[in-house]
Amino acid sequence: MSFRIVVMAKQVPDTRNVGKDAMKADGTVNRAALPAIFNPEDLNALEMALRIKDQIADCEVVIVTMGPPRAADIIRESTFRGADRGILITDRRFAGSDTLATSYAISMAVRKLFPVNLVIAGRQAIDGDTAQVGPQVAEKLKFPQITYAEDIVAVDEKSITIKRRLERGIEVVKTPYPAVITVHGSAPACRTRNARHLIKFKKAKTSTELQEQSLDYTNLFDKCPYLHIQEWSVDDIEADTTWLGLSGSPTKVKKIENVVFTAKESLKMNGTDEEMNHLMKTLIDAHIIG
Amino acid sequence: MNNVFIYCELTEENTIADVSLELCSKGRKLANDLGVKLEAVVIGNVDETIAEQLKPYGVDTLHLANDKRLSPYTTMPHAAIVCELFRQENPEIALFGATSVGRDLAPRVASELRCGLTADCTSLEIGDHSETKSGKEYKNLLYQIRPAFGGNIIATIINPETRPQMATVREGVMKKETVANAGNISVKNVDVNKMVSPELFAVEIIERHIEAQKINIKNANIIVAGGYGVGTKENFKLLFDLAEVLGGEVGASRAAVDAGFVEHERQIGQTGVTVRPKLYIACGISGAVQHRAGMAESATIISINTDANAPVNQIADYVINGDIADILPKMIKYYRSNSK
Repeated sequence: MSFRIVVMAKQVPDTRNVGKDAMKADGTVNRAALPAIFNPEDLNALEMALRIKDQIADCEVVIVTMGPPRAADIIRESTFRGADRGILITDRRFAGSDTLATSYAISMAVRKLFPVNLVIAGRQAIDGDTAQVGPQVAEKLKFPQITYAEDIVAVDEKSITIKRRLERGIEVVKTPYPAVITVHGSAPACRTRNARHLIKFKKAKTSTELQEQSLDYTNLFDKCPYLHIQEWSVDDIEADTTWLGLSGSPTKVKKIENVVFTAKESLKMNGTDEEMNHLMKTLIDAHIIG
Repeated sequence: MNNVFIYCELTEENTIADVSLELCSKGRKLANDLGVKLEAVVIGNVDETIAEQLKPYGVDTLHLANDKRLSPYTTMPHAAIVCELFRQENPEIALFGATSVGRDLAPRVASELRCGLTADCTSLEIGDHSETKSGKEYKNLLYQIRPAFGGNIIATIINPETRPQMATVREGVMKKETVANAGNISVKNVDVNKMVSPELFAVEIIERHIEAQKINIKNANIIVAGGYGVGTKENFKLLFDLAEVLGGEVGASRAAVDAGFVEHERQIGQTGVTVRPKLYIACGISGAVQHRAGMAESATIISINTDANAPVNQIADYVINGDIADILPKMIKYYRSNSK
């Protein structure tokens, strides 16, 4: 392939609607009680990659995700929507990695896929909201970075021009390749599954999944190698283990607490005219208003 | 050596951004706790007079990188300067605004220096730590306190081994406070050409449209805030009416912003602005943890809601069980006829 785009995606617990049953008695979150979803902004990133693929001949979109074996779901979902293939970085030795260690691991995987023109990711993941992995992967690869991307203004084989969404406006920037782009949630939503892709990749599996489900795909993989979702370990990406997991993570969690607010003795009323007039008088007399 | 550093952002008008002054105020306190100095880094197209803006906040030293190529902000040249300065100066702590600049720059710097970074801290404190396994004792670490997991828990993060201990903080979270008898501020000019090579300008800015801040809910004394319970964009008009009569601003919960009732700049909470007004009137806001974290410090809180069990009621001084369409006009009417 002459043009390669890596999309970094993450499977995350859906933290947007955490019910009471998802909180354990000690105040920590019971991840198992939350559905695992495709990180929303990573879907915007996938769409951006697919739009570039639509415009550039001979372009390959590769999904890279790091996580437990079940994160292969993210890769299958991406291929249903138009990605060409995916790599699952999975190894127990990654456990406990903070954003720096994670960025190192992903950057090593991207290196294995070189030559790479673009690395695209969601701005941030909803389970951490740090927005750090994108810029840190860019630094590890020594690529320029464009964060908060909202739209493609122009793209060709030599450079890409991107509109960025900032707090109080927009900025249009142009970068040569290679580069890292992180995509804001205001970017175009991801296209839905395509029936042709769905049929093609429906049976795609990792070796771990085949083992767990006692399936023999030997013949099928010979005939359709794209159905074999690759799993890369620490050794496959030739990572230095001292840079991974807890030892490679400078940040440590000292304490996790429930959010506690001091409850007030509140005055309850039903909003009758007398009550409201009295309340407003109280506020005016206390110089809170007026 | 081992001082507290603040990366100071410049506004479109080339003044120091509010978020950076807020961080200087916090940084001053942290530096006092540690018995060290407070240093600021300004990178852009500004001269030494910018130091005057930092002096009232107790900044001891300003590192100034003045070059027209450094404004507007682009990632790589700023990152190169900050990394090189930090290598020379070995800061104990380095703080950045959790803005589109700070959240772009800080992770890149942390990665290059291989040190720990915590995003969007809501509180910073100095404290000790003992490692349970090794029994190793650490004195005077920076506790970086932040919401996690969609705001459902609060985590305290530390970086025991790496320096600087880095954190980003959103605008409005820390209080902007000048110090009495601020001392002199010394300016050290950074040799930009030595630190920045031409290939770091690979990313080219083609166009910029940045608007001046129109809505400033952070500094409002009175905030009338609406939630999803307000129902429609049209219903928000009642809130604007009350805010106008009282001389306040309109705020909103994330749900109301996501529903398109009002613009994002009005969002209050962990992913919006933190406010602490004299009066906060919550209209149809249930009060998810994420929202309460951004307004719980308001001096007086009124909650108007048809749901008597809305979580925000627990922290309200006055809870009015009713419909805003009925209640707000009563408040407007009384105020109009009874204020001077």
